Amino acid sequence: MRKLRHWGPGLLLLSPSLILLAIFVYGLIAWTTKVSVSDEHNALGSKGFVGLENYTKLFTEDINDRFTHSLKNLAIFTVVFLVGAMFFGLLWAFILERGIKGEGFFRTVYLFPMAVSFVASGVVWRWLMNPNKGENAGGLNAVLGGLGLDSLQSTWWTNPNWGMASMAIPAMWQLAGYVMALFLAGFRGIPAELREAAAMDGASTYRLYRNVIFPQLTPVALSALIILGHMSMKMFDLIMSVSGPQWLTEVPAIYVWQTLLTSDYAKAAAISIILLLLVAVVIVPYLIYTNRAEKNA
Amino acid sequence: MIFSPVKGGGRGGRTRITRRAAVAAVGVVALLTAGACGSSDDNGGGSGSTKVEVFTWWADGGEKAGLDGLVKQFGTDCAGQTFENGAVAGGAGANAKSVLASRLQQGTPPDTFQAHAGAELSDYILAGQVEDISADYDAWGLKQAFPQGLIDNLTVEGKIYSVPANIHRANVVWTNKKVLADAGITKDPTDLAGFIADLEKVKAKGIKAPLAIGKDWTQLMLFESVLITDLGPEKFTGLWNGATDWNDPLVTKAINDFKTLLTYTNTDRDALDWTDAEKLVMDGKAGYQLMGDWEAADLDAKKFTDYAWFTFPGNGDTFQWLADSFVLPKGANNPEGTKCWLKTVGSAAGQKAFNTTKGSIPARTDAAPADYPKYQQAAMADWKSAKQVPSCAHGSACSQGWQGAANSALGAFSTKQDVPALQKALATAASQFVKK
Repeated sequence: MRKLRHWGPGLLLLSPSLILLAIFVYGLIAWTTKVSVSDEHNALGSKGFVGLENYTKLFTEDINDRFTHSLKNLAIFTVVFLVGAMFFGLLWAFILERGIKGEGFFRTVYLFPMAVSFVASGVVWRWLMNPNKGENAGGLNAVLGGLGLDSLQSTWWTNPNWGMASMAIPAMWQLAGYVMALFLAGFRGIPAELREAAAMDGASTYRLYRNVIFPQLTPVALSALIILGHMSMKMFDLIMSVSGPQWLTEVPAIYVWQTLLTSDYAKAAAISIILLLLVAVVIVPYLIYTNRAEKNA
Repeated sequence: MIFSPVKGGGRGGRTRITRRAAVAAVGVVALLTAGACGSSDDNGGGSGSTKVEVFTWWADGGEKAGLDGLVKQFGTDCAGQTFENGAVAGGAGANAKSVLASRLQQGTPPDTFQAHAGAELSDYILAGQVEDISADYDAWGLKQAFPQGLIDNLTVEGKIYSVPANIHRANVVWTNKKVLADAGITKDPTDLAGFIADLEKVKAKGIKAPLAIGKDWTQLMLFESVLITDLGPEKFTGLWNGATDWNDPLVTKAINDFKTLLTYTNTDRDALDWTDAEKLVMDGKAGYQLMGDWEAADLDAKKFTDYAWFTFPGNGDTFQWLADSFVLPKGANNPEGTKCWLKTVGSAAGQKAFNTTKGSIPARTDAAPADYPKYQQAAMADWKSAKQVPSCAHGSACSQGWQGAANSALGAFSTKQDVPALQKALATAASQFVKK
């Protein structure tokens, strides 16, 4: 009884969110898994269990290798987006950290795109990344043409091989500022004593950053990577508003949506589970890492 | 359950036993709750309802005006019944379709819903979600009022499940008269070779992309028209019901012809919707565009008058149709009211009220052409005499899954231009989706 008093109230307070999580997250994951191993390919409902057939078919029998194509698109998008956002975020944070004038102003400027929804910015970027070149050019291509830089004009996201790299540009534009804010907080969190100690030891600025400051930023960088990484893998709204659902720019999240619209529930569930596993591959090691770090602290 | 804040609770379950107990307790609670959520509620007005909830994606523009016209007629024909608007806007029907799918699954269907007539209904029919209304077709005289080709397309294993409210034609080429006159083109081409010769003439006048086109589904429409030309209407219809093999050499020829036509189109096609392509024609940056005949209403609305149209070259008198239709869902609250709605939809007065405002033509062949604008009069004359074939891009020829696969295959072709790959993709899609 005394033990119940001990942990009872805490549990009581936690229970609403625990119950909701259990039903709406874990319960639905279980439900999706169940659908993904059934043959519920239309509104008729399921006739039985088919094992992993829906999964293997995605990789072997999908028309035009649609699923592997969407995975390839996602990989290109994610790599370009992560590298770009991390690079610019770190660069801006570094410049601001060096104490330039008007820091507050620039901080706001860089962070502001994050306040815009992907849908709204996607519509603008759809226009900016108009694939027409030469006399019909619009958007960025028209700007480049006006500057006499015709050779830099691009077909942007309609390029069959590297279109997804262009698609990552709006995402970078929106989230590099967020990475900057994370890094800036990281920089500010490093005690001044460390810098002073390094200065006392006669370290150059390069050495100071290379051996003292950057190592301290590793947890921040990891958090930033994870946050951007899982957003990138689930990317849907941006691509829907830039290109709409179509073969060229299809990623798994959009494929799920398209499949659901045609009532192929089993296939949609299988893609969702694969997507979940992909995200889990990124998130779970991070959770283990932070858990361990907290225990050690 | 009511949770009140507990003051001075424990210091948190940090010991091993308490944590395990907590997890167990939560697990039990979650299981119980999940079980309790399994049963679904049964709501609705019961048998005495006089409301007819009409579920559509017609929320604005000419479509909303058409629906309003229909509702007015319904008020006169079906006194005692009240119309309830269940429109879900957005996504060209995609939003509405997903809402509808969940309502049908939960067993709370609207009294009637909008669906493309033909094969797109097959999922609902297979799932037993819509009622057979063949008997009402006889009672309302619709079998005589609609042309035989349409009745054939609507019939699934001897039964009819929907009443079309309108007819659109898909295989129409729209032209900018001035661009064509500048290129010295005086008469409409009658076959593919003639069309390509004309495209060359326009191109010679400095218009790089004489044939305007947009993303995947608009390309599917163009491809289907080429298929009709190369295969003829019978074999074309056979592609969708399994009678014609997609590996037929004629299909290969059609894909190659389509590939040739694509060389005359705008390279940014995948970035454009049909209205963007339409704008190219209006601006004189292109001479031709293949699009359904809703383009006539749209061009009129945009005050562009310098346009003309012809049936896709080589299609002869083939009328590729698509239609919005209404059904009687199984388990509707007010089947009497729904039937009255369907009767209104199929009636001469209802079709007139709807189509004169929406810019489509009536499915009935007994309508008076004088009530309609210029383009519609021509289409109505064709509708009576022409050979009717369905359209996959708009769901009258193929189910939604097939449509999605075909759009995706055409999208891939747009970038890769790989003829055998497209044929293989379409053949595989057919083997997956054609009714066995």
